[in-house]
Amino acid sequence: MEVTMSVNGDDVSQEIEPRTLLVHFIRDHLGLTGTHWGCDTSNCGTCVVWVDDEPVKSCTTLAAMASGHDVRTVEGMEVDGVLDPVQEGFIQCHGLQCGFCTPGMMLTARALLDRNPDPTDGEIREAISGQICRCTGYSTIVRSIQWAAAKERETPVEVGAS
Amino acid sequence: MTITEPGTQSAEDNTNAVPTPTDNLNDHKPNGFGRMLRKEDPRLVRGRGQFCDDVQVPGMLHLAILRSPMAHARIVSIDKSAAEAHPKVKAVVTGADLAEHNLAWMPTLSNDVQAVLATDKVRFQHQEVAFVVAEDRYSARDALELIDVEYEWLDPVIDVRQALAPDAPVIRDDLEGKTDNHCFDWEAGSKDDTEAVFADARENGIVVTEDIVYPRVHPAPMETCGCVADLDPVSGKLTLWSTTQAPHAHRTVYALVAGLPEHKIRIIAPDIGGGFGNKVPIYPGYVCSIVASLLIGKPVKWMEDRTENLVSTGFARDYIMRGEIAATKEGKIRAIRTEVLADHGAFNGTAAPVKYPAGFFGVFTGSYDIEAAYAHMSAVYTNKAPGGVAYACSFRITEAVYLVERMVDVLAYDLEMDPAELRLQNFIQPEQFPYESKTGWVYDSGDYEPTMRKALDMAGYAELRAEQEEKRSRGELMGIGISFFTEAVGAGPRKDMDILGLGMADGCELRVHPTGKAVVRLSVKTQGQGHETTFAQIIAQEIGIPPDDIDVVHGDTDNTPFGLGTYGSRSTPVSGAAAALVARKVRDKAQIIASGMLEASVADLEYEAGTFRVKGDPEQSVTIQDIAMRAHGAGDLPEGIEGGLEAQICYNPENLTYPFGAYICVVDVDPGTAEVKVRRFVAVDDCGTQINPMIVEGQVHGGLADGVGMALMEMISFDEEGNCLAGSLMDYLIPTAMEVPDWETGHTVTPSPHHPIGAKGIGESATVGSPPAIVNAVVDALKPYGIRHADMPLTPSRVWEAMQGNHTPPI
Repeated sequence: MEVTMSVNGDDVSQEIEPRTLLVHFIRDHLGLTGTHWGCDTSNCGTCVVWVDDEPVKSCTTLAAMASGHDVRTVEGMEVDGVLDPVQEGFIQCHGLQCGFCTPGMMLTARALLDRNPDPTDGEIREAISGQICRCTGYSTIVRSIQWAAAKERETPVEVGAS
Repeated sequence: MTITEPGTQSAEDNTNAVPTPTDNLNDHKPNGFGRMLRKEDPRLVRGRGQFCDDVQVPGMLHLAILRSPMAHARIVSIDKSAAEAHPKVKAVVTGADLAEHNLAWMPTLSNDVQAVLATDKVRFQHQEVAFVVAEDRYSARDALELIDVEYEWLDPVIDVRQALAPDAPVIRDDLEGKTDNHCFDWEAGSKDDTEAVFADARENGIVVTEDIVYPRVHPAPMETCGCVADLDPVSGKLTLWSTTQAPHAHRTVYALVAGLPEHKIRIIAPDIGGGFGNKVPIYPGYVCSIVASLLIGKPVKWMEDRTENLVSTGFARDYIMRGEIAATKEGKIRAIRTEVLADHGAFNGTAAPVKYPAGFFGVFTGSYDIEAAYAHMSAVYTNKAPGGVAYACSFRITEAVYLVERMVDVLAYDLEMDPAELRLQNFIQPEQFPYESKTGWVYDSGDYEPTMRKALDMAGYAELRAEQEEKRSRGELMGIGISFFTEAVGAGPRKDMDILGLGMADGCELRVHPTGKAVVRLSVKTQGQGHETTFAQIIAQEIGIPPDDIDVVHGDTDNTPFGLGTYGSRSTPVSGAAAALVARKVRDKAQIIASGMLEASVADLEYEAGTFRVKGDPEQSVTIQDIAMRAHGAGDLPEGIEGGLEAQICYNPENLTYPFGAYICVVDVDPGTAEVKVRRFVAVDDCGTQINPMIVEGQVHGGLADGVGMALMEMISFDEEGNCLAGSLMDYLIPTAMEVPDWETGHTVTPSPHHPIGAKGIGESATVGSPPAIVNAVVDALKPYGIRHADMPLTPSRVWEAMQGNHTPPI
C-alpha cells in the first residue's frame, strides 16, 4: 500500500507492506535513525514521535495509521540550526547518558511544555512516566525540562511541528 | 613511569551546581577536572548518534533466531525446507549445520562451553535452535514460523535447591563424564578461625542467622543486543559492528572460536544504548551473524527484540544465601560467615576473572574490622538462561554488600541497637588502611566515619527517627534504612586477574598534532558514562591542551590499543590511569623539547597548566602548542630526541580501588495496600578524586534507580516448567520517574593512593549500595509487625504477605 505523510515538514510518499510499523518506516525506509526501537509493547517509549502534535509510541503504531498526518521526530526539533530549549536543557543538566531514550524523552517534554509552560516536578514526572531511562535515574531529566521551561519563560520561544 | 602524589581535591572543589538558563557554562570550561558539559551530547540530542541498529551497509541482509519453547528437551528433528522455500530467505542454518564446521559450540568467558545453536538438546527456554537470513527483518521473522522442530520433553531443573538432588535430571550431559548439575565450589577466608569465633560468641555473645535471597534480575539496557557482521569474501576481513563493552576481548575470542586470524577482525562498538554488563558476554547471535556473512558473502544484521534480550542474555544475581554474624552483646561484630547456592543457568557464562569463579563475592565483610570470615558457595546448573555477572554488579560485590548490610541490620534488630550507631562502632579506622580483609582483599584507602556522618546530617537522621516514632504511635508505617558499602573495582592486577588468559590491563595512546590539538585512543568503551568527555579532561589536566581540542577515539579495534574494556567500574581505575600516565610521558618529552627551545636545562623548567617556564624567569616560557609545532617542525630538537609528540602505554593496575559510600533511604508503606513509596534517598559517595562531578552524580543517580527497581519491582521469574515469566517490559517492571524520588547526593574525597590521579571507580557504587538501604528501610517500616527480614522484590503483594506473617522467599 502507499502511505503519504509529512515528516519534519517534508512530504514523503512510499509503497510499503501494510503491516509496517511506524518506527520501522521512519528508521528503515526514511533513514531517520534518531527514533529508536526498544520494547515492542509501548512500555519503554524510546520510539516516541509526534503525530499531529501528539506524542505516540511508534513501535505500536502502523505507518499506515500515520498516513495523511504530520509526523515529527527528534531530527525535526532543531530549527534553522537552533536547538530546541529542551535539547539545550538536556545538554546543560546532564539529562542523558547513553542517549538511547533521549529522543523520545525530549519529544514528550516538548509536548508537555507546549501545553504547560510552568510544570511542577511532579507534572514532569507524570508526563514522562510512559518512558524508561536506565541511565539517569530521572532527576537530571526533570532538571533538564525545568531548565527548558525556565528559558522559555524568560525568552518566549516559538516552537511548532514544522 | 612516575606516579605523583594523588590530587589534593577537596569536597568543596567539586561543585555541581545545577545551571540556570542565564548561566553560560561554556564561559568557564575547566581545562582539566571539574563540571564540564559532555562532548557526546550535541550529536545524541539531535538523534545523530550511531547505534548498532542504525548501521546500514549496502546489500545487508537480516538474521532472526528461532528459539526453543521448552526449557529442557531433546531435539528429535528439524525440518527447514518450508523456510528455505520462502522467496526472501537466503539461508536457514541449524545446529547440525554448524556442527559440520565445528562451530556449534563456543567457549564462554568462564571456561565453560555454550551452544551457538542447539544440536543434541535445548537446555533453557528460548535457547537458540536455528537462524534464518532473509532480505528484510520482517521476512526473516516470518520464516522462523516455517521451521518445524520436533522436541522430546525432558524434565527440567528449575528449583535451584533441587539441582543437586541425586535423582535430578543431568542438564550438561554434553560434558564428558558429567553425572550431576554441580558447576563449581568456591570458598574464601578461614573456616576454622571463623567457627572458633562463632563458638565463643554462642557462649558469650550473640549469633544471628538469616536466609537471604538475591533474586534473578536483568540489566535490560534500553538498546538490546545486536550486530552487523560483514565478512569481505575477497580480503577475508571481518568487520563487526557490535553492542560490546569489550571490543578487544571479543576480537581475540572470535579469533580463537572461529579460527579467523586476529588481524583480519575489526570490531566496532558504535554508540551503545546502555550496557550495565549485559554487553560483556559473546552471545550466540553474534557468532550466527558472522557465520551467516561467511556463508552468504554479504553483510548480515541481527538485532534482538526486547523479549529475546530479557529471556536469553546475561541475567544477574540469583544467589540464595545464609548469612551469619557473630558479635558481642555490646554490638562489636567479630565474624561473618555465609553459605551460598548460586544458580548459573544452563551454561556457566559469567564474565569474571578466571581465578574468581564467584566474581568478587569474597569482598563480603563490608566496611567492618572483624576477626574472622568464611564463605562457601556451591554453584549449580539449572534449565535457565546463562549469565550471572551483570547489572552493574562489580563482579558480584552487589550480592556481597547486600548480604552484609542486611545482616548488620538483622544484628541491630536483635540487639535493639540503632543501625547507624552499630555501623559506626564497627568501621575499619582510617589509620588501618591499607587494610587487608579476612578474605585477603587489600582495601586501598578509606575514611568511613565522615562519610557516614555527612549522610546522617544530610538526612536529618535524628529528626527522621523522631518523626518515625510519632508516626508509629498513629499506626503509620515509616521506615529508615541505612547501608554503608565498600566496593572493589578496577580489575585488575594482571598477575591475579585475567579473562580467558587475557590480563586485565588497558592500553592508551596519545598523539599531539603539530598545531597542538590531540587525539587519545582508548581500549575501553563508553555505554553512556561519558568517556569522550572525561578522558579528554584527564589529558587536559595533565598536559594543558583544552578538552575540546582533544578527540577521544574508542570502540574500534583497528584504531585503538588493546585492553579489556568497560565493565566492573574499571574504566577510570584502569584506563583513566593509563590516560594520565601516557599524558605524563608526552609531558616529559615536551619538557625536553622545551628545554631546547628555552635554552635551559630540563631541571630548570617548571610546568603549569600547559606551559613550561624557566624557574626564576617566568617570562621565558613555551606552551604545549608551541612545543607540538617544534616537535613536528624543521627546527633542531635536543640531542637524542626524535620528532613527533606522542606516546603509548599499557597500564597494569597495582591493586583494585575501593570506593565507598553511606546511603540512607526513607520509605512510607501504606498499611492498607502494602505499597512502598520511596520518599527520600540520601547518597554520600566517596570515589576519590572526581574528574567531572556532573558525570559522577549522574552515575550515582542511575544506580540508585536500579536499586529501587531491584528492591521493589524487578525479578526474572520462572514457572515450574521453566517458562520465563518476565519476557517483556509489561512483566519485568523497571522504575519510571514516578517510582523514584529526587535523589539527594553528596560526597567526600579520599583519593586512592596507588592511582595516578587518586580516582576510584563510581559506575556501579549506587547499584551495589542502594538495594540494602531500601530493603532495610522497608523492614524497618514493618518493625511493628515483628519482621526482621523480607526478601526482594518488595512488591505490594509480598509486603502484604509479610505483614500477615506469611513471608516466603521469592524462589
